[in-house]
Amino acid sequence: MSSVAPTGGSPVDGTGERPGPIHARPVPHPWRWVALALIAVLVAMLISSFVTNPKWDFGFALQVMNFRPVLNGLLLGTIVGTIGAMILGVGLGIVLAIMRLSSNPVLAGVAAVYTWFFRSIPRYVLLFMIGTGIGYLYPHVDIGVPFGQQLASALGWSNDLTFWQVDINAFSTTLLAGILGLGFSEAAYMAEIARAGILSVDRGQTEAAQALGMPPSRTMMRVVLPQAMRVIVPPTGNETLAMVKDTSLLTAIPIGTELFYQTTIIGQRTLRIMPTLVAAIAWYLIICSILMVGQYYLERYFGRGFGAPGQTKRDSTVKRLLGVGGSH
Amino acid sequence: MARRHAPTQHHTDVPLVRAVNVTKSFHDNQVLKGIDIDVHAGEVVSLLGPSGSGKTTFLRCINMLESIDGGRIFVDGELMGYEDRGGTLHHLPDKAKAAQRRDIGMVFQRFNLFPHMTAIDNLMEAPVQVKGLSKRDARERATELLDKVGLADKADAYPAQLSGGQQQRVAIARALAMEPKLMLFDEPTSALDPELVGEVLNVMRDLAQAGMTMIVVTHEMSFAREVCDRVVFMDGGVVVEQGDPAQVMVNPQHERTRQFLRRLTSEQHGDQGADIGADQGVDHSADTGVTNS
Ligand SMILES: Nc1ncnc2c1ncn2[C@@H]1O[C@H](COP(=O)(O)OP(=O)(O)OP(=O)(O)O)[C@@H](O)[C@H]1O
Ligand SMILES: [Mg+2]
Repeated sequence: MSSVAPTGGSPVDGTGERPGPIHARPVPHPWRWVALALIAVLVAMLISSFVTNPKWDFGFALQVMNFRPVLNGLLLGTIVGTIGAMILGVGLGIVLAIMRLSSNPVLAGVAAVYTWFFRSIPRYVLLFMIGTGIGYLYPHVDIGVPFGQQLASALGWSNDLTFWQVDINAFSTTLLAGILGLGFSEAAYMAEIARAGILSVDRGQTEAAQALGMPPSRTMMRVVLPQAMRVIVPPTGNETLAMVKDTSLLTAIPIGTELFYQTTIIGQRTLRIMPTLVAAIAWYLIICSILMVGQYYLERYFGRGFGAPGQTKRDSTVKRLLGVGGSH
Repeated sequence: MARRHAPTQHHTDVPLVRAVNVTKSFHDNQVLKGIDIDVHAGEVVSLLGPSGSGKTTFLRCINMLESIDGGRIFVDGELMGYEDRGGTLHHLPDKAKAAQRRDIGMVFQRFNLFPHMTAIDNLMEAPVQVKGLSKRDARERATELLDKVGLADKADAYPAQLSGGQQQRVAIARALAMEPKLMLFDEPTSALDPELVGEVLNVMRDLAQAGMTMIVVTHEMSFAREVCDRVVFMDGGVVVEQGDPAQVMVNPQHERTRQFLRRLTSEQHGDQGADIGADQGVDHSADTGVTNS
C-alpha cells in the first residue's frame, strides 16, 4: 500500500509533503439556475406585453412625468412634504421618547397621552381636521395673555392684551399646515421606535458615562442616542418610505401641489388614466430608491464600531448566485 | 514587588474615603448592613469576600451608581449625594452629583467602553464634554495615557477590534483621563482570559506605585498580597475583618475569612491556574457554608 501515492491530499500520505493552499470547487447550486431561467422567462413575457399592449402608452407616461405641474407637485408636496414631516417627526419623536423614559411623571404622562392620541387618529382624518375643522373652530388664534380678552371685556379695557394674531383660515390650507399634520402624526410612531432604540443600549453605557461625571443630558446625547441610532435607523427608513406615499393624503387638506393629485387630474382631463398612474408610480419608485441608498449609508455611519455592513465584506448577489468565491 | 507603605500619610490627615454605617437594601434583601471603612489618600485597599457579599454594591454606592438607605459616605470630606442643611439632608440635583463623580474613576468588570468611539475618543470624551478641555489638550493627554497603558498604537481602533485585556487597559486610561483622586475597580480582570490578566494587573500595579488611591474588588490573591496596603474582608454585608494583607491572608482571625481563603486556595491549585475568581456569577456562599440572607 505504501508504494501507491495517494492523490487526495491526505495529511498522512507518507510523501512528507504538507498540504498546501486550498483550491476547492464551490458547492453546485443547480436550482438557482432553474429559478433564474424561470424569472427570465417571466420578465421577457412582461416586457413583451409592454411593447405589444398599446394601452400602456409609456410615451405619454414619460411626458406626464415631465409636466410642469407634476414636477412642481413632486418637489413641493411629495419631496418637501416628506422631508419636512420626517424632520419634525424624528426630532419630536426622539424628544417624546426621552420624555417617556424620564423619571419626571409629568413629562412621561404628556408623552404617553400624545402617543396615544396621534397613533389613534388616521392621517387622512387628521389632515382633514387640520385643513377644514380647525379653521372653522378657530378662524384666528390670538397670542397674548391667557384669558386676556375675557378679562378686558369684563373690565371694559380698550387693550385686550393680544400681541399677535394668526389667521388660521389662511394658514390651515398651506403646505406648512400639511407638514405639521403629517409630522405630528409621525412623531407618535417615531417616539415608540426611538424608545425601543434607547432601551436597546446596555445600562453599563449609561453607568460608565455617569461614572465619568457626565450629567444625564450629555450622557443621552453623546453616549446613548448615538448607539440607539443603530436600532432607530432601519425602522425610520421604513417610516420615511411610508411618508413619501402618505404625502398623497395631503389632498385631504386640500393641497393640490402633490404628485398623485397632479397625475390624477391629468388622467381625468385626458381620459388616459393608465399612463398617468404609471407616471406617478415611476416617480414614487425613483424617490424611494434614492432614499434606500441614503438609508444604507446612514446605517453604515451609525454602525461604526459594531461591524456594520461595508466594514465586513460580503459577496455580491451575482457572485453568490453563481456560487463562486466566499464560503457558502 | 514590594508594597508601598506611606504610614506617615495614613493616620494623620482626614481619610479620602470615609464610609460610616452604610446600609443598602434591594427590596427586602439587605445587602449592606452597616459598613464602616476609611481609606486614606495614597492607600490601595482590596475588598475581598464571597460572591453576593456586597462588594460590588458597596463600590457602586461610593460613586452613587446606587443610592444608600442609611449611613454616610464622604469622599475628600464631601458628603456624597446629599447636602446637609442644618441637620436635614437634601438630595443633590443630577448636575451636582455628576460634579461629585468627576474625581472618582471607575473600572468595570465588563469594561463598558463606548463602542461607537475609537479608543482615543473614549479617552477624550469626558475631558472635552465635562471639563471643557480643548480637543487638542485632550488628545495630547489621551495619547500620553494610551502610551502609559501600552496601547499608543491602538488609538484609532474601535473597542470591538481590541482584545479584552486591551479594552480593560483603555477603560483604565479613560478613567484616568479625568485625573481622579480615587479609582474604584470592580473585578477588573475576572472577565478576561487567564493570559490577559497579567497585562491589566501590571497597569494597576504601576498606578498604585504612582500613589493613586485605589479600592479594588478582586479575587487575585497575589495582587492583594503584593500591591495592597490593606485588605478588607466582607461577608454577608458586613466587614468581617481587615488589616495588613500578610496578616489577614496568612493568619485570618475569623472562621469565615479562613473558609473563604481555603476555598480560593484550593481553586488556585485546581486547573484554574491564574484565573482565580474568573468564575463570576456562581454563588460560592453555598459551598463555603456561609449564608448571607
Ligand atoms: N440591582 C440589584 N437588584 C436586586 N438585587 C441586587 C442588585 N444588585 C445586587 N443585588 C443583590 O445584592 C447582593 C450583593 O450583590 P453584589 O453584586 O454586591 O455582590 P458581590 O460581593 O459583588 O458578588 P460577586 O463576587 O459575585 O460580584 C446579591 O445578593 C445580589 O443578588
Ligand atoms: Mg461583584
